[in-house]
Amino acid sequence: MNRLDNLFATKKKDILNVYFTAGHPNLNDTEDIILTLEAAGVDLIELGMPYSDPMADGPTIQDSSTVALKNGMNVELLFEQVKSVREKTQIPLIMMGYFNQVMQFGEERFFRKCAEVGVDGLILPDLPVYVFEEKYKALFEALGLRISFLISPQTSEERIRQIDDLAKGFIYMVSSSSITGAKSGISDEQMAYFNRINEMQLKNPRLIGFGISDHATYSTACQFSSGAIIGSAFIRTLDKATDLKAAIKGFVDMVREPEKVA
Amino acid sequence: MLLEAGYTLKAHQLNYMTATPTVKSAYAVDNRGYYGEFGGAFIPEMLHPNIEELRNVYLEISQEAGFQKEFQGLLKDYVGRPTPLYYAKRLSKHYKTNIYLKREDLNHTGAHKVNNTIGQILLAKRLGKKRIIAETGAGQHGVATATVCALMGMPCIVYMGAIDIKRQAPNVSRMKMLGAEVRPALSGSQTLKDATNEAIRDWINNPADTHYIIGSAIGPHPYPDMVTRFQSVISEEIKWQLKEQTGKENPDALIACIGGGSNAAGTFYHYLDELDVRLIAVEAAGLGINSGESAATSVLGTKGIIHGCRTLLMQTKDGQIVEPYSISAGLDYPGIGPMHAHLIDTGRAEAVSITDDDALKAAYFLTRTEGIIPALESAHAFAALDYIKYKEDDVIVINLSGRGDKDLSTFIEHIEKYG
Ligand SMILES: Cc1ncc(COP(=O)(O)O)c(C=O)c1O
Repeated sequence: MNRLDNLFATKKKDILNVYFTAGHPNLNDTEDIILTLEAAGVDLIELGMPYSDPMADGPTIQDSSTVALKNGMNVELLFEQVKSVREKTQIPLIMMGYFNQVMQFGEERFFRKCAEVGVDGLILPDLPVYVFEEKYKALFEALGLRISFLISPQTSEERIRQIDDLAKGFIYMVSSSSITGAKSGISDEQMAYFNRINEMQLKNPRLIGFGISDHATYSTACQFSSGAIIGSAFIRTLDKATDLKAAIKGFVDMVREPEKVA
Repeated sequence: MLLEAGYTLKAHQLNYMTATPTVKSAYAVDNRGYYGEFGGAFIPEMLHPNIEELRNVYLEISQEAGFQKEFQGLLKDYVGRPTPLYYAKRLSKHYKTNIYLKREDLNHTGAHKVNNTIGQILLAKRLGKKRIIAETGAGQHGVATATVCALMGMPCIVYMGAIDIKRQAPNVSRMKMLGAEVRPALSGSQTLKDATNEAIRDWINNPADTHYIIGSAIGPHPYPDMVTRFQSVISEEIKWQLKEQTGKENPDALIACIGGGSNAAGTFYHYLDELDVRLIAVEAAGLGINSGESAATSVLGTKGIIHGCRTLLMQTKDGQIVEPYSISAGLDYPGIGPMHAHLIDTGRAEAVSITDDDALKAAYFLTRTEGIIPALESAHAFAALDYIKYKEDDVIVINLSGRGDKDLSTFIEHIEKYG
């Protein structure tokens, strides 16, 4: 069974999904970061494929991508790292990147490789929904791969329904009109949007991401969905870390159980 | 001959006021936003509502009579159109053929860029947008955008690579004087592609009140087609001007430089299906195609996605976008518009790559033979004359996309060598 399906079948609330850019801070940190996040109780991990022009991302993720590329990260190497870490963990893993990277690798070859090394799902923010439907949906089904699409406060109800019909895994709910890492805190307007989507009773579970950075924002997101996605705040923690493992554990505790840290 | 042309302008202008530039062509965009396998809209969901809104209304709004009246009126009285089609006698004599220059350099603000910014700001107003953003490389599009924002009293933010801000100081000052805020793009390579990323990010953050005026025939559908249509006033004018001056329906060749491809798209548009008209797209080879310092996308590029469209772009085998180089800041974009990718891929257009050296030489040559200082971008188009085949009785139209004022310091740096 796909590990994502498994997760969402057994856990309905308070899911924590952490994003980091593969190859940052160091080329070979991928395995340590994944295993430490798992040990700290994270449910799901998103591996960012570093890209030169990540247009949906803010400065934190772009800078971490620049570092990762300088370190020599590439898709081929990331697949090797995932394959090797898969022997040590069954945590659901998602790859997130831009469609051009997939195109250059060869779409079909890329998706087959994902399935082969144990990637459970993909997030490709600039892959149009209809292109996925026409060209790759059948292959994803055959390979048992999941795909998540984004929705934002501007997405129409009709389109959300279409996306819900097509998505498999979870829906990535962008918390506000923003790029990653942009805003902090959650406004009343965002709450209204969270409520509105909550009431739509979608088939897929939803995770809320963008602007989630601490316990307060995580808890609010969890009230309105199955859980939350944290990226930029975690990357900033890695940037500052002297002891990587301790920093990761400290970060997850800060998000989930701040009383324990204090 | 020129006077005669002047006298007959009026009759043509009537025609030109009502004309809607619509070409039904295998080379124009299809109803899904593609040119063959190029184009499309590869954008994050956060931009979907904006792009969808534009896609649904851009044709209807821009073809509506009130819009056309305002657009054509501003092109005429504010920009100074029609721009002359000028028979370059001494240049023709030198090259032993017949060369006409389409004088886009005589537009207000000094380049073709303003044709598009006028069109887009009128569209933005009709969409109820309150804030304008743009990207710029050399600063020409930034100036053209800041200009129309001043004209319409709208706030304007121009993203410009931090490196380009240093390289193009006079245009930065012009934008500031016009009231625009110039924001440095500090990410990535700090040039045009990063300025474009920053503008896209701004739009994601401000989807409701903001319109993004893209400056070339690039980006997600409908931008390449929309920009092309606003620029197509160039070929629309060439058609009647050439007929008037030579009696010929069509030229034998059209030559235009290509960064993202807006002036070339505008020059080619009404001739896309006239298969006996050669379309020659001139890109920047920088220090040479194989030097590692080049912007010759048609040769060095491969199929991929940049700024939301599938096209030819310069990238590594892993799909990381490569920073191009050209002495001309308006041509060092790592991609080309999807229409041009299709035209070149199908063999409809010929691509010529011109080095910095050849472009500088051509700029001095044009200046000394015709008394016209061209923009460095446009100088590339003139240099192509040394590399293409043509016949003595051919009629060749070169789009002189902009004037060289902004490049004077570069030209003067090289006066010993080329002067
Ligand atoms: C005078 C001039 N010509 C040409 C270009 C290249 O742009 P495009 O290929 O969109 O015409 C520029 C861009 O800055 C320009 O300023």
